[in-house]
Amino acid sequence: MFVRGATEGINLVAQSWARPRLEAGDEILITHLEHHSNIVPWQMLCSQTGAVLRVAPIDDDGVLDLGGLRALLGDRTKIVAFTSTSNAIGTITPVAEICALARDAGAISIVDAAQSLGHTSTNVVDLGCDFLVASGHKMYGPSGIGFVFGREELLEAMEPWQGGGEMILSVTHEKTSYNRPPFRFEAGTPNIAGAIGLGAAVTVLEGIGMDAIEAAESALLSHGRTMLEAIDGIRLVGTAPRCAPILCFSVEGVHPHDVGTVLDHLGIAIRTGHHCAEPLMQRFDATATCRASMAFYNQVEELDRLGDALGDAVGMLA
Amino acid sequence: MSDLADLYQEMVTDHARNPRHRGTLDPYDHSADGHNPLCGDRIHLTLTMDGDRIADVAFDGEGCAISTASTDLMADAVRGRSLEEVRALFESFQTMVTCEDAPDDLGKLATFAGVREFPMRVKCATLAWHTLMAALKAGGGTVTTE
Repeated sequence: MFVRGATEGINLVAQSWARPRLEAGDEILITHLEHHSNIVPWQMLCSQTGAVLRVAPIDDDGVLDLGGLRALLGDRTKIVAFTSTSNAIGTITPVAEICALARDAGAISIVDAAQSLGHTSTNVVDLGCDFLVASGHKMYGPSGIGFVFGREELLEAMEPWQGGGEMILSVTHEKTSYNRPPFRFEAGTPNIAGAIGLGAAVTVLEGIGMDAIEAAESALLSHGRTMLEAIDGIRLVGTAPRCAPILCFSVEGVHPHDVGTVLDHLGIAIRTGHHCAEPLMQRFDATATCRASMAFYNQVEELDRLGDALGDAVGMLA
Repeated sequence: MSDLADLYQEMVTDHARNPRHRGTLDPYDHSADGHNPLCGDRIHLTLTMDGDRIADVAFDGEGCAISTASTDLMADAVRGRSLEEVRALFESFQTMVTCEDAPDDLGKLATFAGVREFPMRVKCATLAWHTLMAALKAGGGTVTTE
């Protein structure tokens, strides 16, 4: 189904699949790596149903603790919702393994793939997931478009998400019969231009090749980490061995927003703040960090400019 | 770099590194919390009054150089002033960091004129002021910049 983005996709699954099926005391398992978009919809669902939110731990490198996750799976676990890649620190999670654990526990798996789809090849059948959501703008497509993949038998059994035009077979004042999925979940005029733009972005990514993208980004990450580790006063936040091309760091004595403003003026755009992942920041005793996000089109020389600019920021503010 | 140098003047970086008014007043007459949910900056403001004038101000919390220096210099500027005077000063300050014309009654606070070239940072500079106004108005609570 087409939706506005991964956020809307998670809300759709929470309200349309989960809400009618959850009872008080049922459990929803997420991880400590999640973006707010994979926390808040479940908290809302908990307050609607009496379900309980559980959080699988991570270690000091930001790696998901699979043993800890396994220990939290139980008879009451109905949903395992987790990110394939942390937006804030880059950790890549073992998606297929977690989906298998969820399945064995009798729970539904929901993969937030917003951060990974533009960086690695993804096959929902190989992953064995029940639902997967993603956003167009995280894969070089337009904003305001995304999608939900759901297994057919689950979608067939789901009540509509929103009512309106396009999602019906027939309407009388007495009764409406709904169309089949995916149309049942796409009420109203769709974001046609967005969907076409997303398709074009996918074509471009496939043209470059996901393997080539992954190789280029992995080289950038390793260069960037080595470079930052060599700068005094910089602490890398999140050092998972399997990691998206993200450098999340703090600079001793300089607030991330001041770092961001200085770098901005030197022509380098980074993100500063809590990255919509406040619980993850708290895990690392930070209220905010700096995050340099790389993509296949970035160059090693650009990373070196980042290193020089960080030196300038420290000189000016520390 | 010149805009940047205007933003991070010596006065700003000095007060950010070594704020003079960090701490909590005990006892205090008014207090309030300020929070910028977009960046996570938080300040806790306590103040004492002498009649209708502010006697002293102290702050705790965590913020960037702009917000820390702005809070510290605000504490300097409002001591001994009446509520009316503080309100007028706040208005002048807001005008300065958002518009072209800087009122000339701002003293040391004029060091923040450079903020207007950085719209993203205006909230950093004004968080302390919004918090102060909340402390004086309703006797506390939490204000956010959003």
